[in-house]
Amino acid sequence: MSDFPWLLAMIAVPAIGAAVVAALPRERALLAKQVALGVSLVVLLLAVLTTLAFDAGGPRFQLTTSVPWIPDFGSDFALGVDGIALVMVLLIGVLVPLVVAASWHEADGGPRPVRVFFAWLLLLEAMMVGVFVATDLLLFYVFFEAMLVPMYFLIGSFGGPRRQYAAVKFFVYSLVGGLVMLASVIGVYVVSAGVLGEGTFAFDTLTRLDIDPDVQRLLFLGFFIAFAIKAPLVPLHTWLPDSGAEAPVGGAVLLVGVLDKVGTFGFIRYCLPLFPDASRFYAPFVLVLAVVGILYAALLAMGQSDMKRLVSYTSISHFGFIALGIFAFTTEAGTGAVLYMVNHGLATGLLFLVVGMLIARGGSRRIADYGGVAAKAPLLAGAFLVAGLASLALPGTGSFVSEFLVLIGSFPERPVFTVLATLGIILAALYVLLMYQRTMHGPARGVLLQEDPAEPLPGAGGGGATATATLPAPQRSLRVADLGRREIAVVAPLVALILVLGVYPQPLIDLIEPAVVATLDDMGAASGGTDR
Amino acid sequence: MSETLPADGLLGWSWLLIALPLAGAAVLLLGGRRTDRWGHLLGAATVATAFVLAVLCTVQLAGQDGAPADVELFTFIATGELDVTAGLLFDPLSAVFALLITGVGSLIHVYSIGYMAHDPGRRRFFAYLNLFVAAMLLLVLGNSFVALYVGWEGVGLASYLLIAFWYTRPGAATAAKKAFIMNRVGDVGLALAIFIMFAQLGTTSYAGVFGTVGTLAGGTITAIGLLLLLGACGKSGQFPLQAWLPDAMEGPTPVSALIHAATMVTAGVYLIARSAPIYDLTPTARAVVLAVGALTLLIGAIAGCAYDDIKKVLAYSTVSQIGYMFLAVGLGPAGYVAGLAHLLAHGFFKAGLFLGAGSVMHAMRDSVDMRRFGALWNKLPITFATFGLGYLALIGFPFLSGYFTKDAIIEAALDRDDVWGWVLGGVAVLGAGLTAFYMTRLMLMTFFGRARWEEGVHPHEAPPVMTAPMVVLAVGSVASGALLVSVFPLSGWLEPVFGEPAEAEHVVAPAVIGLVVTLVMLLGVLAAWLFVGRREVPVAAPVRVSPVTRAARNALYADAVNESLFMRPGQWLTRALVWVDNRGVDGAVNGLAAGLGGSSSRLGRAQTGFVRTYALGMLGGAVVVAGALLAVTSG
Amino acid sequence: MSLSYYLVFAAILFTIGAVGVLVRRNAIVVFMCVELMLNAVNLTLITFARSTGTVDGQIIALFVMVVAAAEVVVGLAIIMSIYRTRRSASIDDANLLKY
Repeated sequence: MSDFPWLLAMIAVPAIGAAVVAALPRERALLAKQVALGVSLVVLLLAVLTTLAFDAGGPRFQLTTSVPWIPDFGSDFALGVDGIALVMVLLIGVLVPLVVAASWHEADGGPRPVRVFFAWLLLLEAMMVGVFVATDLLLFYVFFEAMLVPMYFLIGSFGGPRRQYAAVKFFVYSLVGGLVMLASVIGVYVVSAGVLGEGTFAFDTLTRLDIDPDVQRLLFLGFFIAFAIKAPLVPLHTWLPDSGAEAPVGGAVLLVGVLDKVGTFGFIRYCLPLFPDASRFYAPFVLVLAVVGILYAALLAMGQSDMKRLVSYTSISHFGFIALGIFAFTTEAGTGAVLYMVNHGLATGLLFLVVGMLIARGGSRRIADYGGVAAKAPLLAGAFLVAGLASLALPGTGSFVSEFLVLIGSFPERPVFTVLATLGIILAALYVLLMYQRTMHGPARGVLLQEDPAEPLPGAGGGGATATATLPAPQRSLRVADLGRREIAVVAPLVALILVLGVYPQPLIDLIEPAVVATLDDMGAASGGTDR
Repeated sequence: MSETLPADGLLGWSWLLIALPLAGAAVLLLGGRRTDRWGHLLGAATVATAFVLAVLCTVQLAGQDGAPADVELFTFIATGELDVTAGLLFDPLSAVFALLITGVGSLIHVYSIGYMAHDPGRRRFFAYLNLFVAAMLLLVLGNSFVALYVGWEGVGLASYLLIAFWYTRPGAATAAKKAFIMNRVGDVGLALAIFIMFAQLGTTSYAGVFGTVGTLAGGTITAIGLLLLLGACGKSGQFPLQAWLPDAMEGPTPVSALIHAATMVTAGVYLIARSAPIYDLTPTARAVVLAVGALTLLIGAIAGCAYDDIKKVLAYSTVSQIGYMFLAVGLGPAGYVAGLAHLLAHGFFKAGLFLGAGSVMHAMRDSVDMRRFGALWNKLPITFATFGLGYLALIGFPFLSGYFTKDAIIEAALDRDDVWGWVLGGVAVLGAGLTAFYMTRLMLMTFFGRARWEEGVHPHEAPPVMTAPMVVLAVGSVASGALLVSVFPLSGWLEPVFGEPAEAEHVVAPAVIGLVVTLVMLLGVLAAWLFVGRREVPVAAPVRVSPVTRAARNALYADAVNESLFMRPGQWLTRALVWVDNRGVDGAVNGLAAGLGGSSSRLGRAQTGFVRTYALGMLGGAVVVAGALLAVTSG
Repeated sequence: MSLSYYLVFAAILFTIGAVGVLVRRNAIVVFMCVELMLNAVNLTLITFARSTGTVDGQIIALFVMVVAAAEVVVGLAIIMSIYRTRRSASIDDANLLKY
């Protein structure tokens, strides 16, 4: 069973699925959706089986597959997972089917064929899996850049009114980061050629390389800038609120839930072990960015009037916590940071989905257009509250465990930064509860009272939600109906996962911890080498 | 702390205490409308069962002479040095709280069946109440500071949900948010205290922390103590985080009784009592606890004198009474037992008073304005009787519960035998007088005088399902003091936790204290009668009042201070930052993009389309290249 | 005969051609000036081939002629089509390829 190329299958299945979906005739929209859902469920199954085949106590990289790819550069098509990559792959496996189900009517009636949306979604899944399981630096870079393409089209073709602006901004930001990283990738290759006589991109070999500290500092910056744009750390964050707000809800979930995690994943997988001295050298600087990000983005979130932008800003704040955990260099904080990536994916994913459902009903992204929704849609309000509470890291939700680990693990090493970061939990309560109160509580307001429903934003309410001039009274109330069966099927698994991980997170911690310990060991070993 | 025994027998099942109400909440929340018909019964039944279980567990605990039982459940978080086990500690202190929570909780559940009978959201209400009981039990039963923190925030959530129960009222929604956020401020303190414990001691379990805390430097212990105090202040509505508690009265009255009077708000006292081994080592932190307690005691009592809203008066009374408890536990070993005794007695009489207030509101069509009450004593005889007993217990009428427990606190304060002892004792006595004043004012305005009811109000007594719990609580209010002090002395029961009570040399004989306090109390009653009872109560609150009254009506401007110090600058900062982010950070990026675009179009101007221009350019380029080549080869 | 005569002659030819390209308006004349420049280069190539006694220069000169012929074909065709649409062979009238 362990001989089966699980990881290759997880890239190939959605990629082939994307091709199949794209090849379907235009009028078979329903079939396209069903195929997409089926394929994403197969990937979920593969991810679960992969987890079962993975031995937490075994060697660091498992289920490896490697075929020569570009022998002239010493680059292999090498795949493998450690605990960190594995939990991210699991997260992808869980999120994509839910996103497919949540986006069921997203592209209906729009100018572009439905199948295109789902084809891009599946291709995105393939690329995201690839970026996490690649163990070859060049291959990682290729997936890193290739991932942009489907996301660019998802935002640019299926997004909100300012989708073009957002898509271009997203693409340019990411591309700039990617190019700087490419320079560093080549730099690492050249250095490895100098040390070993023959250049290599193999991650395992590169971590054992002794790189001169001054060179490290330069190369580190290339990687760091790329990852800091992707994860977004303040001040490289301004693309995220635009992309998050304009992207279709499903795209936003994957963008913030998974795609941005490549940045933090890159910190822990590449920056720390490849450039241990530089990581230590730059750590105070990164921590300042992280803590400033936590507080600054949380304050900004409070000032937003657009729900999707608000959620995007909360994510920037959370990425600050993850960066804090990674650059504290302790097992507890590192494990917490990786766990945070998973929990944040679930929590913010749920928050985006629920906000999307609300927007689909009201046709507006503005908080001020809502009020008293809880009375009309209690299930929606309940899901919103769970997502919000997970976002503010209430005990009992998975986010609490990860935030707690990050903070308690960072405190012994970096007390001042940790104390400042801890203040962020007050702000988190503020932005979540303010949004919840304004939309869900209070008397009925905004869209609940409108005689003539405003024209839904193109794309936001699903192009199909056409608003006729005046609806008779009973139909008007239908506009804010409670969750339907499909929506419950989307929300329930996420709520369940958030609660289960809040009470019993230890299985995930057991998966993650060895990889984090190995990363920190790599740092220690490599720096010892240069001291000699 | 005495030897911990492995939990066997019933104590091994003590996790059911938490699981039962939690399961009730889950069934009610997930079951939806299907459970509407019997949901309230299930809710009350789970808590009542938990109460029976708590009694049985306590009996077993008494059988093993109070040796605490540790129940290990599962590994919660274990990575690196950190190892948090989900486990329970059932010792005499947690047993007392478990009994209070499940006991008063059961009564209030029963009461709510009647109180919420006509509310369409009754099932949701019971679900939240069950959730609260589960979280509160986790708070007091957990065996580590992390478990306590989980319960701590859990009760915060339940409190949020219940205050905002009638969420269509903007006031309720805002009050709920305010409560949660002010609690979170305190939670930060608690969290930081836990971080310090882990960083310095490598553990967060009670056993581990209390066993090794003595090895720390004094400053560190003081820091832990102060941070824990910040957490306690948030949860217990103590200065400077007291402003949320009165607003929390927007919730249904049973919530005010259970959460914002009897149990949750006393969690701060529990935290300090539980952390006794830490506070014993840091007189500085204890002094701050004392100061907070004394100050809050006065703030609460003064504000209580001015409000016309019956629930707010009771809320400020709660703030003030918890101030007494903080004062007591701040005194150290001498005061822990006194504080906890007062906490238990307060749990009875304040819950009873709130339920009585709920009964009055029930009769007066949900009005809370005491100026529109009056002459209710013969319309609501049972409510009047039970409320009256609670009132007498609270003001410390001789031989009712408040008399014993409050006097014990004053005694403990005076026993310090220094200037501060006299100051604290004096404050406590003054507080007793103020308490008597505002409670008598409340009694007179509500039950006596002329009927000032609104049009069409026909007061009627509440149904038995509501009055029965009130009667039980009234009996408790009368008897608990004497029981706890002399019949089943609490000090003996808690001995395994706090050690042998030292036989203090009384500076002032207890009898003298009792006499003085009673006299001051009678003065307060007399003053209230002079101010309120003798005169006609105007239906509208007088506008032209002294600055003191105005300050009291505004709760000594706590909200104004919070607003002008935190809220406004916060809003201003937020708005400024949004501007900075859009114009500054994003503007820089967009500016860069626009600059690049602009310069490229400007450079594009060079492409005139005239062939000869290009030809000239080529020639010029060729000449430059040739010149450069020449310069290089010849130079 | 000295090498420099040929080179100076080629340089003069080239200069005439270059100035012609820059100053004349008529596309045909410009075109002829370009030919002039090419041939000046050819002359230089052959001169050096002769002086070094190799055939490389001559071969390249042949290439240049072939390319020039091809260029004339394409260029004249373009000029013709422009003349047909615009009734003018002045290169200042055609600036469609500007920014």
